[in-house]
Amino acid sequence: MTKPGSAITQSLRGMALSHPDTIKVHFDPDFVERLAPAPSGKVAVVKGSGSGHEPLPTGYVGLGMLDAACPGPIFTSPSPVQLLAAVHSVNRGGGVLFVVKNYAGGVLNTELTIEIAMQEGIDARYVLVNDDVSIPNVSNRRGLGAATLACKIAGAAAESGYTLTEAEEVTRRAIAASRSMGVGTNINTLPRNGPNENLADDSIELGVGIHGEPGEVRSVSKGMPEIVDLIVHPVLHDLPFASGDRILLFISGMGGTPPLELYLFSEAIHQLLAAHNLRVERQLIGNYLTCLGRGGYTITLMRLDDELLQLWDAPVHTPVLHW
Amino acid sequence: MAQEITTKQLRKWLLAYAARIIENEDHLTELDTAIGDADHGVNMRRGMGKLQERLQVEGQSEDISAFLRSVAMTLISGVGGAAGPLYGTFFLRAATSPTNGSSIDLPQLTQMFRYGLDGLQQRGKAQADDKTMIDTIQPAVEAMEAAVAAHQSAAVVLAAARQAAHLGMKHTIEIEARKGRASYLGPHSIGHQDPGATSAYFLFETAAEVLTTTGAD
Repeated sequence: MTKPGSAITQSLRGMALSHPDTIKVHFDPDFVERLAPAPSGKVAVVKGSGSGHEPLPTGYVGLGMLDAACPGPIFTSPSPVQLLAAVHSVNRGGGVLFVVKNYAGGVLNTELTIEIAMQEGIDARYVLVNDDVSIPNVSNRRGLGAATLACKIAGAAAESGYTLTEAEEVTRRAIAASRSMGVGTNINTLPRNGPNENLADDSIELGVGIHGEPGEVRSVSKGMPEIVDLIVHPVLHDLPFASGDRILLFISGMGGTPPLELYLFSEAIHQLLAAHNLRVERQLIGNYLTCLGRGGYTITLMRLDDELLQLWDAPVHTPVLHW
Repeated sequence: MAQEITTKQLRKWLLAYAARIIENEDHLTELDTAIGDADHGVNMRRGMGKLQERLQVEGQSEDISAFLRSVAMTLISGVGGAAGPLYGTFFLRAATSPTNGSSIDLPQLTQMFRYGLDGLQQRGKAQADDKTMIDTIQPAVEAMEAAVAAHQSAAVVLAAARQAAHLGMKHTIEIEARKGRASYLGPHSIGHQDPGATSAYFLFETAAEVLTTTGAD
């Protein structure tokens, strides 16, 4: 595991062996493609992402979600060469929709890929995921948990026969209805940065990014309800969510937080949401958007309407999500 | 009769550019080590090696748009990082500028650079004084436009571009980075020349050397 590139290649080979009925992996350029046949004219949904956030994006390839995923180097956007290879492989004539987290490299490489695809006569577009409320300036907001949710909504829309414009529109709406916050806890060891300073036991880091971007260290001594207040209130007040709203609650560990702790967190969140009369209609909890092995989690709330609920419930068969 | 620049000359220019970048790999690495992630020299050298291979393939189309597009695709795949997509965008947009098929006149050459610059600004979202390759290319293109408007010869137009590009590159030493990895350093980026502005300068240095000899092989 000394060379990140070779570790990613080995991991992709392992993934192919672990999910032989769901995905196939292409190398050089690297991308993961679904095995389920896609009908002619279906919109293709593609997600690129730096590696280190697994299972995003590769674990979401399959029926009802992504047609292809392109993993870049650790925390680095995949290249247009990878993205174009995926486009050529999965395009069924219905156009291609990219889901892009709002980071400079990903936007740059996707926009260039789209320009080349359009010159080739392939209709390609992207939706930007920018749900991180810890950044005050809305245009600088990073993509967090809504990336996973947007992939599900876009994939379900495409599978249900939405046109490119319709799939783009509903995915944008899903992102616009979502807000997130990242929280760092305890140790954070990243391969290139080396170990970060440990947070004191009674501190959390509010507003961390999924690449180890620092947040604001806050001392918390009164336990989970206090932590949840700090995390959830900025999320609730940003949209804002209102009494009676139907909610999808998504809690993802960052890779170094045990499920035990995620469920501790979940209990306190449920109490707080109930106190605000928010109705949790659907949930996802586990390690779905990670930051290698760092301690912490992200919380995402998406306000549901009938269409989003239907698309969330639509069948999905990927290495990680299946119902 | 207006001076015409052929695909053959553009090929010669970009071969000279590739050689100049390869000669300056260590210089680019040194600049990028100070304020970036130290990969600009290696990435550009690798991309220029691919470009040399591509440009030396016999029997290619002499159509200028097709030629510039193939240069773009080679740089996108060969350079990688952020520089690959940015140089790729420059040549991809340059490829959409008007030509006379297998040649361009001086105003069209200037327009070709303008298309590339506009694409680059749109894609990289950088402005003048952000301490990027824009700080080299924008003054160079503006100098070309002014010289063309004054009906100057190719030699004068390209000398003006080189001089403006050189001043722009040196200006990046004095300013704080607002885009790219160097922007994380804030005021600490002052005092260092931008590596992207430097690799972009060589485009104009080699153009002034190669594209002024009209029609000659």
